[in-house]
Amino acid sequence: MSSAVATAAAGTRPVRIVYFAWVRERVGLPEETLDIPADLATVADLVRWLKARGEGYEAAFENEKIVRAALDHVHAKPQAALGTAREIAFFPPMTGG
Amino acid sequence: MTPLIRIQREDFSLQDEIDALSTGRADIGAVVSFTGLCRDEAGTLTALELEHYPGMAEVEMSRVATEAVERWPLMGLVAIHRYGLIRPGEQIVLVLAASAHRRAAFEAADFMMDYLKTRAPFWKREHRADGTLGGWVEAKAEDDDAAQRWS
Repeated sequence: MSSAVATAAAGTRPVRIVYFAWVRERVGLPEETLDIPADLATVADLVRWLKARGEGYEAAFENEKIVRAALDHVHAKPQAALGTAREIAFFPPMTGG
Repeated sequence: MTPLIRIQREDFSLQDEIDALSTGRADIGAVVSFTGLCRDEAGTLTALELEHYPGMAEVEMSRVATEAVERWPLMGLVAIHRYGLIRPGEQIVLVLAASAHRRAAFEAADFMMDYLKTRAPFWKREHRADGTLGGWVEAKAEDDDAAQRWS
């Protein structure tokens, strides 16, 4: 039992990450499924982890304050807990209407 | 009252939507509509391209509409947002709010537009008259300020 807990704590979990508008263009992908470390706690933690993946991500999240996020289709702030979200979206401030 | 939310590529008809809302009823005293159109920005644009987040756009618009229904005594609420390539002069967005009296309808339509602009996941990109692909339209601080009025 304790070993199962330890494995989960040290492990990863798959999430679908989707990108829109210029965030999509800079990352170079509309979406991807990534195994993210299970110990990433917040949206900001995930952004920091993504930025370490390469130049495209670095460019997309150059100004972290500008990029918006949603967890399972609900707007989320940088300090929001990732929880068990399965689909995480990143996009620029919205310009519809 | 369940708001009607639609996200579609094709155009819409203001009159058809008003008719669908009000035909056969005698309790509605006011219908306020807002229609957003594509501008050509003094001849420099040939189109706006609207990208959206298909999984989220409809649910977020529904959340905004539900807030409006909770705040005002509405008898009908419609929000339609188009995506894809939209030419100058064409319609982009429609909001209809129906109530017994005008004040609630005016305010609910205003609220809907302020919140759709800052919360609905849509992004505009410019297609320029010189044939080049322009940049993504930047969000305006005044839109955030407008939405703040309601909180």
